Amino acid sequence: MQTHHPLAGRALPGAQGRVSIRPVEDCTRFILRIDPQNLGAASSVWGANLPPTIGGLVSGSGRIATCIGPDEWYLIAPLTEQDAIESAFAALYATTIHSLVDVSHREVGIAVDGPDAVLALQASIAFDIAAMLVGSGCRTIIDRVQIILLREGQDSFRVEVWNSFSDHVWNLLAGICREIELGV
Amino acid sequence: MLLIRCPYCEAERPEVEFTYGGQAHIARPQNPSATTDDEWRDFLYIRANPRGIHYERWRHMHGCGRFFNAVRDTVTDKFVMTYKAGLPRPDQAELEAARS
Ligand SMILES: [Zn+2]
Repeated sequence: MQTHHPLAGRALPGAQGRVSIRPVEDCTRFILRIDPQNLGAASSVWGANLPPTIGGLVSGSGRIATCIGPDEWYLIAPLTEQDAIESAFAALYATTIHSLVDVSHREVGIAVDGPDAVLALQASIAFDIAAMLVGSGCRTIIDRVQIILLREGQDSFRVEVWNSFSDHVWNLLAGICREIELGV
Repeated sequence: MLLIRCPYCEAERPEVEFTYGGQAHIARPQNPSATTDDEWRDFLYIRANPRGIHYERWRHMHGCGRFFNAVRDTVTDKFVMTYKAGLPRPDQAELEAARS
């Protein structure tokens, strides 16, 4: 397994506590594709309810599950749980057709926190961030880069971005945070 | 920035998340080997280019990933309505209802 984290060691605390960005620690990530009619079976394997509607997000015990398409879920879990999740879904395959793909190596997480987190993200995302429900997630575009955006709290967001674009998105957000810090 | 309603996400999403997929409701020939050259030409290349209401396919590429259909006015560039792929073309009454 690849342990290289392209954003390792970076952090931007941000002045006056308005908004800060930091790389999220390494975790396991999966894309699950399954017929929504079989969501109950997948939920019992996952160990928590998978959200039934697009945008829904269920988190707890270090895990996050968000529905990003009619038959598509994005799953995040601690690294130590990867093998258990993979074998549990492999057992489900005997009765229920689905696809569980490990994309851990493909993406990194950037946490965007603080009372100006909405303002910072709104600077480069086209839809109304303030109207995004707390406890929801979606695939979208930030400055022409595709990401998955999760809103975990009123002032707490998480950007999941492909490794190859992470440097660009990090520097973009760092610049925006600096502007907010300077009040420009 | 144009906002487009995705019938799968059931939300207004920004234009940059979408890609255009050409004219909608073009059925592939049921029996390709019995299709004449002229019918193939019409299927592959001949498209309507109306001034006004146009039925077209869009894909929520950088969102839920699904293709869906839309009715757009080519004069105003305003979307009249969007609906899920596979549904029949909305009739005049439905378009009027969506406009009001
Ligand atoms: Zn959608």
